[in-house]
Amino acid sequence: MQIFGIWVAAFLTLGIISFLYKDNPWYKVCESIFVGISAGYWFVTLFFDNILGLFWRGITAPDPNYMLLVGATLGVMMLLRLVPSIGWISRWPLAFVVGATAGFYLINYFSSNVMLQVQSTLMPLLGSRFGQPVFSASLYDTIGNIVIAGGTFTGLVYFFFSKEHKGAFGGAARIGIWTIMITFGASFGYTVMSRMSLLIGRMEFIFGDWLGLIR
Amino acid sequence: MKKDFLIYGILLAVVLILYFLAPKPVNFSTTVSYIIIGLIVLSLVFVFIRTINGHFVGRRIVFLFVGIAVVLPFFMKVSQPIRVSPEVQTVYDSVARLKPGSKVLASFDYDPASAPELQPMAESFFRLCLERNLKIIIMGLWPQGPQQAEMALQIALADSLIVKKNLQRGVDYVNLGFQTGNEFVIQRMGADFRTMFSRDTRGIPYDSIPLLRDVRNFSNIDYSFNLSAGYPGTVEWVQVAVDRYGLKMGTGNTGVQATGMYPYLRAGQLKGLLGGLSGAAEFERATGKIGTATFYMLPQSFSHVVVIAFIIIGNAAFFLGEKRKEEKEKEKKQ
Repeated sequence: MQIFGIWVAAFLTLGIISFLYKDNPWYKVCESIFVGISAGYWFVTLFFDNILGLFWRGITAPDPNYMLLVGATLGVMMLLRLVPSIGWISRWPLAFVVGATAGFYLINYFSSNVMLQVQSTLMPLLGSRFGQPVFSASLYDTIGNIVIAGGTFTGLVYFFFSKEHKGAFGGAARIGIWTIMITFGASFGYTVMSRMSLLIGRMEFIFGDWLGLIR
Repeated sequence: MKKDFLIYGILLAVVLILYFLAPKPVNFSTTVSYIIIGLIVLSLVFVFIRTINGHFVGRRIVFLFVGIAVVLPFFMKVSQPIRVSPEVQTVYDSVARLKPGSKVLASFDYDPASAPELQPMAESFFRLCLERNLKIIIMGLWPQGPQQAEMALQIALADSLIVKKNLQRGVDYVNLGFQTGNEFVIQRMGADFRTMFSRDTRGIPYDSIPLLRDVRNFSNIDYSFNLSAGYPGTVEWVQVAVDRYGLKMGTGNTGVQATGMYPYLRAGQLKGLLGGLSGAAEFERATGKIGTATFYMLPQSFSHVVVIAFIIIGNAAFFLGEKRKEEKEKEKKQ
């Protein structure tokens, strides 16, 4: 059975990779199988975890949680979109979800991604921690702090469009765009690594698990 | 159409030859490995020269080169130095400093698609925790996460040093499974784990699991490790569990996500980061147990060299194309 599974997986892997040559029926078959299985898997998972696991067990428990009925009602209201004559009802749960999520995210993002990030950018350029002698700083930390402070400042200058990018201001904006480009470059490098890792994983399966050529 | 069938036929023949006739396993000697590297470099130089002469290569040639660069290093005997970066060392140190019996929460927020990058991290992390007699609590915000965790756990438990410890499920480690609800699960866990995980994956009630007897919420967790491939993942853990409840957390991310995590690391919100496959390989080196990630790093490096070479070739083609356009326009004007 395991050998059969490996052969099926190899057939599907090669089918997907065959798209690199050109679009073909083999690829289409593999793609359709993937989409179908994914949809089925998610449906079953969410049914057993959400509807059966959380909702049904929650309201039939010895100590029932009737608040779950509110969520279930909102869920049913969302599905009324399928009935055109009363489809407007679906806007109410949608408004609730959008409002609640926006409120939740606003606080989280403001705290974690704004306040703490701004705080960590405000640092002594010479790398030493507050309260410690200036010359205790390492060269690595000092250069790192200067790059972060300078990069943040010039990056912000680049996005300031109320003044023409000329002279010293233009120079700072140019450094800012270089900083942003270097960041994108690092991100691209990591993305290449990530995508290659997936290919390496598949190739190891093909040449190792399936063909048995790798020890 | 005929050409397509011919190509598929050749592919099938190659596969059958490799399956039935090729010696197994295939290993190139060091000399052969360097000869192959030299041939690849020469081919790239040839492509570069052709590009300069105006003969541009098609995308399939690029795919072929990347494929060769990924596959051939599997059979080569070439070693590559791996240096442990400070962010990886921080994860190791954070775990190493924990006292035996400390409780570690591991959240698996990825699926098999990201396994080549994250699974080696999971295996190394579990092995390190179990070697140091730490108690592991596993959960997942992605449906297939806890299954991935189970696979990594079985590999760690099979380690000769760990087998001797005779570790027990429910006492030394527990898998609470998947819970739907994304960041709201983390939010509820801040108050009480039981509200989100009433049973473990075997169906045993939370209160009957010895390991969880004293675990009510994040305040009872000594260190947390998140393996993340997207949403929900590290960002949500940082925003809710770290910044709101003060959980001490390290993370292992796919390469795509890693650059986005460095600001959290710099701000002290994360205690360590394993970024992509290189992070996994560095962590293997830090733990002293060489595994899959280190094995994958040679194909990774080769493929990066090929990608960089084709970026140079592509740029050469672009600038030459621009130059030729200008020359043609000048000729037209004359």
